Amino acid sequence: MQGSLKSSSYKQLEQRSKYTNIFLRWFLYFVLILFASYFIFPLYVMIVTSLKTMEEIRQGTLLTWPSTLNFDSWLVAWGGRGYGAGDTFLKPYFWNSIKMVVPAVFFSTFIGAMAGYVLTKWRFKGDKWIFLFLLFGCFIPYQAILLPMARTLGVLGISNSVIGLVLVHTVYGIPFTTLFFRNFYVSIPSELVKAARIDGAGFFKIFFKILLPISTPIIVVTVIWQFTQIWNDFLFGSTFSFGEAAPIQVALNNMVLSSTSVKEYNVDMASAIIAGIPTLIVYVLAGKYFIRGLTSGAVKG
Amino acid sequence: MKTLKIEELSKNFGSTEVLRKINLEIDEGNFLVLLGPSGCGKSTLLNIIAGLETINEGNVYIDDYNVSKVEPKDRNIAMVFQSYALYPSMNVRENMIFGLKQAKVSKEKIEEQLQKVSKFLQVDALLQRKPSQLSGGQRQRVAIGRALVREPRIFLFDEPLSNLDAKLRVEMRREIKKLHQQLKTTVVYVTHDQTEAMSLGTNIAIMNHGVIQQNDTPENIYNKPSNTFVADFIGSPSMNLIKGNLKQNSNQISFVVNGSNFEIPINGYDFKEKSNLENKEVFFGIRPEHIFSKKSNDGDFEINLRADLSEYIGHEQIMTFDYENQEVLAKFPSTIKIELSKNTKLYFDLTQISLFDAKTEERI
Repeated sequence: MQGSLKSSSYKQLEQRSKYTNIFLRWFLYFVLILFASYFIFPLYVMIVTSLKTMEEIRQGTLLTWPSTLNFDSWLVAWGGRGYGAGDTFLKPYFWNSIKMVVPAVFFSTFIGAMAGYVLTKWRFKGDKWIFLFLLFGCFIPYQAILLPMARTLGVLGISNSVIGLVLVHTVYGIPFTTLFFRNFYVSIPSELVKAARIDGAGFFKIFFKILLPISTPIIVVTVIWQFTQIWNDFLFGSTFSFGEAAPIQVALNNMVLSSTSVKEYNVDMASAIIAGIPTLIVYVLAGKYFIRGLTSGAVKG
Repeated sequence: MKTLKIEELSKNFGSTEVLRKINLEIDEGNFLVLLGPSGCGKSTLLNIIAGLETINEGNVYIDDYNVSKVEPKDRNIAMVFQSYALYPSMNVRENMIFGLKQAKVSKEKIEEQLQKVSKFLQVDALLQRKPSQLSGGQRQRVAIGRALVREPRIFLFDEPLSNLDAKLRVEMRREIKKLHQQLKTTVVYVTHDQTEAMSLGTNIAIMNHGVIQQNDTPENIYNKPSNTFVADFIGSPSMNLIKGNLKQNSNQISFVVNGSNFEIPINGYDFKEKSNLENKEVFFGIRPEHIFSKKSNDGDFEINLRADLSEYIGHEQIMTFDYENQEVLAKFPSTIKIELSKNTKLYFDLTQISLFDAKTEERI
């Protein structure tokens, strides 16, 4: 008798918890969708606006889908209108940025990997201090080094050039990349290095043959970080370069702010998206490799 | 000619003294185990032999050749690590021949060595696999294989079994023993596991606080520990160290615990030096397995002690007795029934005892 009473009350409890769970689940989805749309909304407006004609934009219907898909503003943003003076467009600056970001990411990642390797596997007297000073580099505000850096670039004769920007970004990236690689290599057993030394491998061989091949996850993290930082940088670009040597973010600013006649929102939006696409691509591509790298590491145990 | 000789070796990390005046010698084909608690300096000593750590004082000789300042790769040694340290990005084959390739050995010779060793260790079917695709035992075997292909003068093992589970550990222990019997290469083996040390070593050097406490055969380490540290470290449960005094009348020497009526005659004990024994404060050392519940030898000493505690562990039981407020442990077959809180007759095998000076803690 008691047993049956009990089981019926259990059923009630079960039922109740089922409703609570359903409610919570739907509430969770609601909140997540709300946040997601909050973030996706500006992107939507940008894309839609870039595909509209100016007449359509002037009607003030911000959210409506364009009546016809019009890619003219993208062409203008990328390649210009084809007339001479005052026609700013992104194409040359896009390549400036590529020329700046590829070597800067490569060198800062490589030097950071080397430094992390030395700081963890070839310990020497005072290495802790060097690491500490490198860490300080992460915390120095960009503005503080503008003037000394401008002077240095002037003395080296590479101010207002892509090479100058490569140097600035490489130097400024090293503290971060070193930190990343140091923390990664600390977790790699030093016995690997010892075994390689007994096998007769030297400093560089151990780095290139043993450590670098297993560093994929941290290389990807560093590349994502450095690429985003350097590609999106505006301060260094606008300070140390102007005119034809400017990177894309500076050009974008010039384009959007210096138009003398009517504000062309569709072109502005298209330009902004173009300037943001490479980082998106890096995230999408490398992000996948990043997760793959992490999981393969987990299998290794 | 000694295969390995270590002379007055000292090492410190900053102000911490890790090794103090170490002297060691190994003959060709011997299996030396460095045994000690963690932090005793045994791994540092091994790294120094390998050339992976620098020396502050002293010298290391391999085949009478001073290698103190020689690079690891030129010392003619090979090492097996606790974490195996297989190169994760290379397959088994590449792992095993990496050293030979660095040494610019000819391709034919490399291939020959690889075939020989991989067959010998039964890893020839695994050559194309990555270390991540191997089981613990297989990784261990590949790590040993990587050391074997180099045909070194000395094998160094740094706690190679401590990453394995209990069952596999016993198996691999036997394999290493077989390996040594077949190859007869000189081995230096670091471990903190006394069973491993006892079963593998032809010699055991017990270390503590950077000093070698005793370097001897497993039998002598077990039967004639040179100080209380070794006595306490070896054996499970460890040797009973009963504090008391020596009493000497004419030709009779006996051991007495304060407050006890029992005078344990120790005339048969092989003293290092027979002088100044009267009233000397000593530790009387007897292993739990040398205390019996029945008289088995004529020389056994009968004593009455109160049983306090019984621990059943299957094939045997460990009993704790009270000897004037000192605990005495004894190991009996589990078939014997002993009542607790009652005085029980026990028999000490006096041929198996050790005596230590209570002040210096050294064997007397």
